[in-house]
Amino acid sequence: MGEPNATTGQRIVRLWLWLHLALVLVFLLAPIVAIAPLSFSAGSFLQYPLPGLSLRWYVDFFTSGFWLPALGNSMVVAIAATILATVLGTLAAIGLWLAPFPAKGIVTAALLAPMVVPIIVVAVGVYFAFAAAGIANSHFGLILAHTALGAPFVVVTVQATLAGFDRTLMRAGASLGAGPWTVFRRVMLPLVLPGVASGALFAFATSFDEVVVAFFLTGPGQRTLPRQMFAGINENISLTIAAAATMLVLMSVAMMAAVEYLRRRGERLRRGRA
Amino acid sequence: MPGSPADVRLRGLIDTRGAPPDPARWRAAALVAPLFLFLAATFLAPIGAMMWRAVGDGEVAPVFARTLSALDGWDGRALPADAAYAAVVADIRQARADGTLASAATRLNYDVNGYRSLLFSTARRLPADGAADVRQALIALNPLWGERETWAAIRRAAGPVTDLYLLAALDLRRDAEGSVASAPADQSVFRTVLFRTLWIASVVTAICLALGYPAAYLLARLPEKTANPLLILILVPFWTSLLVRTAAWVVLLQREGVINAFLLGTGMTAEPLPMIYNRFAVYVAMVHILLPFMILPLYSVMRGIPAAHMRAAASLGARPFTVFRRVFLPQSAAGVAAGSLLVFIQAIGYYVTPALVGGADDQMVSYFIAFYASRTINWGMAAALSILLVAATAALFLVYRRLAGGQMPRLG
Repeated sequence: MGEPNATTGQRIVRLWLWLHLALVLVFLLAPIVAIAPLSFSAGSFLQYPLPGLSLRWYVDFFTSGFWLPALGNSMVVAIAATILATVLGTLAAIGLWLAPFPAKGIVTAALLAPMVVPIIVVAVGVYFAFAAAGIANSHFGLILAHTALGAPFVVVTVQATLAGFDRTLMRAGASLGAGPWTVFRRVMLPLVLPGVASGALFAFATSFDEVVVAFFLTGPGQRTLPRQMFAGINENISLTIAAAATMLVLMSVAMMAAVEYLRRRGERLRRGRA
Repeated sequence: MPGSPADVRLRGLIDTRGAPPDPARWRAAALVAPLFLFLAATFLAPIGAMMWRAVGDGEVAPVFARTLSALDGWDGRALPADAAYAAVVADIRQARADGTLASAATRLNYDVNGYRSLLFSTARRLPADGAADVRQALIALNPLWGERETWAAIRRAAGPVTDLYLLAALDLRRDAEGSVASAPADQSVFRTVLFRTLWIASVVTAICLALGYPAAYLLARLPEKTANPLLILILVPFWTSLLVRTAAWVVLLQREGVINAFLLGTGMTAEPLPMIYNRFAVYVAMVHILLPFMILPLYSVMRGIPAAHMRAAASLGARPFTVFRRVFLPQSAAGVAAGSLLVFIQAIGYYVTPALVGGADDQMVSYFIAFYASRTINWGMAAALSILLVAATAALFLVYRRLAGGQMPRLG
């Protein structure tokens, strides 16, 4: 691109490509950008121009019996599900990497299945089973379901960091007298940590944004933030939703920046070894 | 460097390849086991049990045991023998006493509309024990007892498995002789829904490809320094909550929304445009969510196409468009296939977005699964539609795995 002797035709194509990319970016970003200023409106309509600026919708969010308990429920469920998914997923990824074992292909497919099975099927199946087991309408049930949905992301991200991991390092550690646990903790863990951390962020985001399973599995006492947003959008979309949405966007940008940082760090570590 | 001669020699000395010793296999299996067992209990078993409901059929057999044995050997061409009439009276009498009639009646009603009221009205006015002509008495009570279909429905529900729900999900049913036939037109909704699901997913995939291909092409030919920040902008919506994005589209598209206010304010339209609760809104919101899944695989494949190939073609006299068509396009096909499948697979399972921005005629299979599971509590239908959806998803995913070489899309 950008050859100095480009013909007029090539310049036109290039201009068209840039214009197209700009439109795609506007399409992707404009809705997210448009909703944020509305949340600071002093009026009560989701329209521009803003009649004035205020924080009343944020105050409304943090004093509301509808939103605040939902935020708490979401946090509890997402944090618990993230911890469980990260531990189980990291162990499984290391196991898959360590050595072949019987039926490994089928087991791997089963571990990744939650990423692929349509969410409504998961929700209905889990609701059916958890209601029979008496753990529907409980934080515990939702934590279990969200752990199942988040764990495959941890498996995938940890597997990706392990792909560049040199097995001879473990042998070197063992030959210097370290036991398997010490080798894991001192040699392997530091190198796969970026993968573990980004997997954990994916698991958190999965739980924090999950609405369909939450819809089936929560009673009035467990309603999560996405569940309330679903109800709010469906019934009467208010400026408090715009405030909640703006805060969620800021949170996701922060999480994305963290994952990007970890990915680069992981690449640096791998490159540093080579 | 992994491939350097020194490394090869080292590998030969240490022998990291070859079959690992048995303890390593055990350790590997032991590390995988916790997650596998967890998913088996909280994910695979629940979904399997739910899907079993699409074929499991146990409600009628215990309630109509006498009737079913009396119908044994009935050819379905004429009305059954008098013994069957006596048996059905005995069965209904006992079921009423035991309180087991309701679940059997609900199950039979899924097959033949009106069966539930037939059973309950019969139960209220049962002929006395040992009545002279039970057959005449029942037919006088309700002429449906004089129809073969009524008896065939009981026999079809003998269990332990049934194809009722799976056939119904394709607008098919079994007639009195037991052969498969089309369901009556007024009950045929599912083919429309399945076709609509595939159609919406196809249109969304096509729009994503049309928007994504040129964007990925430009990104892949830019220096990485320029491309990386732009890719991050594409990732922002990818990370943003689905509900936030759906809420944003409602705010923009609704009747009193930002876009309509702008159009009215500038005088471009006199009336607000209907942009929400219709197919247009479903396409816009779904493309918005799925477009990054198209651009990222396209970009990573296009990045791998060596620029030297294009230069070589150009130096041999090919015009720019010929270079693109003969050299670049074929090499980007893997990315097109991967991106399209990834978008399509996700699109056929969509539920939240069409439910929030679509109208009644824009709902896809997922909506009907939720409807049968939560509103009408017809688990058999919910399970049968789930099986169709999961089978389609799994088949497409296997194709995706084959094409993408087992690679999941780059995450983050």
